[in-house]
Amino acid sequence: MTARAENYPYTPGFYAGDRPEIVTSRFKYEDSYTLDRYLATGGYEGLKAALAKPAPAVHEEVKAATVLGRGGAGFPAGTKWGLTPPGVFPRYLVVNGDESEPGTYKDRLLMERDPHQLIEGCLIACYAAGLSQCFLYIRGEMAVAQERVAQALNDAYAAGYIGKNILGSQFSLDIVLHWGAGAYVVGEETALIESLEGNRGMPRLKPPFFPAAIGLYGQPTVVNNVETLANLPWLLVNGAAEYVKIGTETSPGTRMMAVSGHVKRPGVFEVVNGSTTFRDLIYGEEFCQGIRDGHELKAFVPGGGSAPWFLADQLDLPLEGRQVGAAGSMVGSGAVMVMDETTDIPAAALTLTAFYAHESCGKCAPCREGGTWLMRILERVVAGHGTSRDLDQLIQVGETICPGNFPHASSERLGLTAVPFPYKMTTICFVGPSAYTPVHSALTLFRDEFEAKLVKRTFISVSSAPVEVAAANTQSAGAHA
Amino acid sequence: MRLSEDNVRVALEIIGRYPRPRSATIPLLHLAQQQDGYVTNEAMAHIGELVGATSAEVLGTATFYEMFKFEPVGKYLVNICGTMSCALLGSEELMHHAEHTLGIKAGSTTADGLFTLEHAECQAACTEAPTLQVNYRYRFRVTNETFDQLIEDLRAGRLADEIPAHGTVAKIRQRIPADKGVGAVPPESVTAPPSWMPAAEAAK
Repeated sequence: MTARAENYPYTPGFYAGDRPEIVTSRFKYEDSYTLDRYLATGGYEGLKAALAKPAPAVHEEVKAATVLGRGGAGFPAGTKWGLTPPGVFPRYLVVNGDESEPGTYKDRLLMERDPHQLIEGCLIACYAAGLSQCFLYIRGEMAVAQERVAQALNDAYAAGYIGKNILGSQFSLDIVLHWGAGAYVVGEETALIESLEGNRGMPRLKPPFFPAAIGLYGQPTVVNNVETLANLPWLLVNGAAEYVKIGTETSPGTRMMAVSGHVKRPGVFEVVNGSTTFRDLIYGEEFCQGIRDGHELKAFVPGGGSAPWFLADQLDLPLEGRQVGAAGSMVGSGAVMVMDETTDIPAAALTLTAFYAHESCGKCAPCREGGTWLMRILERVVAGHGTSRDLDQLIQVGETICPGNFPHASSERLGLTAVPFPYKMTTICFVGPSAYTPVHSALTLFRDEFEAKLVKRTFISVSSAPVEVAAANTQSAGAHA
Repeated sequence: MRLSEDNVRVALEIIGRYPRPRSATIPLLHLAQQQDGYVTNEAMAHIGELVGATSAEVLGTATFYEMFKFEPVGKYLVNICGTMSCALLGSEELMHHAEHTLGIKAGSTTADGLFTLEHAECQAACTEAPTLQVNYRYRFRVTNETFDQLIEDLRAGRLADEIPAHGTVAKIRQRIPADKGVGAVPPESVTAPPSWMPAAEAAK
């Protein structure tokens, strides 16, 4: 399976292959983002197929295909649409294009390279679930994605695919482009809604604020990820029966995976869901072709910066939610970050913990305070000023954010058995636990590397015989605590 | 500065797309930043008048988001990503090099007002590490040499077509033609299911 592993110059990082293409079929065209190209390659046929049926039948089709949410949680889209309370209108669709999970690189490509596919997906979702307005929230820093989607919306309005009486039907819909201004936490659905209402992007408490019941402006709201919606045009053209033939029973279809870090060929791939393994992705000829020359795998993050880390022991796991969950992590947002043996593990963990500490919105104390504590302590350890008390303190702070057993991978070398995902948490959203996740994974799997960085120090007791003083650094322990 | 007459027209068009005006707060803050290069107190007060919020409420929203600046920054905002994938492939060294080349520390602006250097978080281009953005336009697999070349090109004005001055993010705006748009209405004025939903289904 090595044929046609192409990298298109205008789609940096993306590699096609002899694999089913549901969402990336137009990436091979330089002008893939134009309405002309979209229409020449079967564009808006899914919408026509949808409008030819009553809305509930379209909803049933999507349910039958079990399109799993691609934003991280993996909840089936068709089921999610059905959670709105009966008889309450208006209902809204909010599209989550605030891609910013560390390691994740797919939604931006889908918006930049095929914006009409996303728009068609939004139209199908609104038609099927009776949603009367759509807000497409794009991350603020993605200038080109905003331009491409804006142009696509303008062209689609002019051509009658959006607006009043779409394609001469009863179906009328506005899609409003909304753009953010730089805040990771806004990727959380209730924070996204707060931000869309013009407020600080802080998550709401669930319950009662499940978006399906009380979402945008207090109305029932469906929040779907960009990639999830991009699946719908293909699904409506080809049918659920064809969709479930790809992938596995629990994880049908394809999914976009970004693999970055110390591999020979980092890239974004559309892979068969459920059956493709991490070994395929990292070592496969058509994917990343192995660890960079002369090096070996040390660890990898399987599902975005928030996911507990895996070792070589877990390479043969497939991209399937339940199996990865049982092994102690999550498939998450389709982002694998690979570390080779040259990696300074505590420093690598610090880059992620610093990210989450920085991005804490400040609503929940365990995250606001704990995230910063974790970062500060870890900075001290990485700089070589840490003491063994600091390592205990990291765990203690982590336990205030996530009490109880924290998920981690099994390891033959360390004699560890896996603790399954998920964890308990004292915060509203996953930002706080995510600050602790890299610390916990790194400490559990590579504790020796932390210990090697600690200040070597023996305390002198006035009452006993002279003891060895090993360290050059003679600061008192109290100065560090 | 308050929004100019032209920008007020754009602002009213944006506000009109939302069921509630306050939803336009962030887009209007971007508009203000596009006009002045940063968000001024006068602009926030004006936005408050337009969306029906106090200037303090607008400030409260604005300060949450990293892209909004409350004092002048360089014409080019250079954001170097430092999150994991970029860090694994040398972003820290790149940042040191950038500080050396520009002669400033991350978080500050060159004396000529041309460049502001910032440490940024994940930019969603992890396979192309290390990455940076100049006014939110990407550069991939940046080396010390390509960084220096980029700065030289920016100084010489060779990238003016691709990279607008700080404040402008997207150069294309959504426009909904009056005769095509459905129009936004406050949620409380809608109680019936949308016209395309069968009544029996809507009750479920």
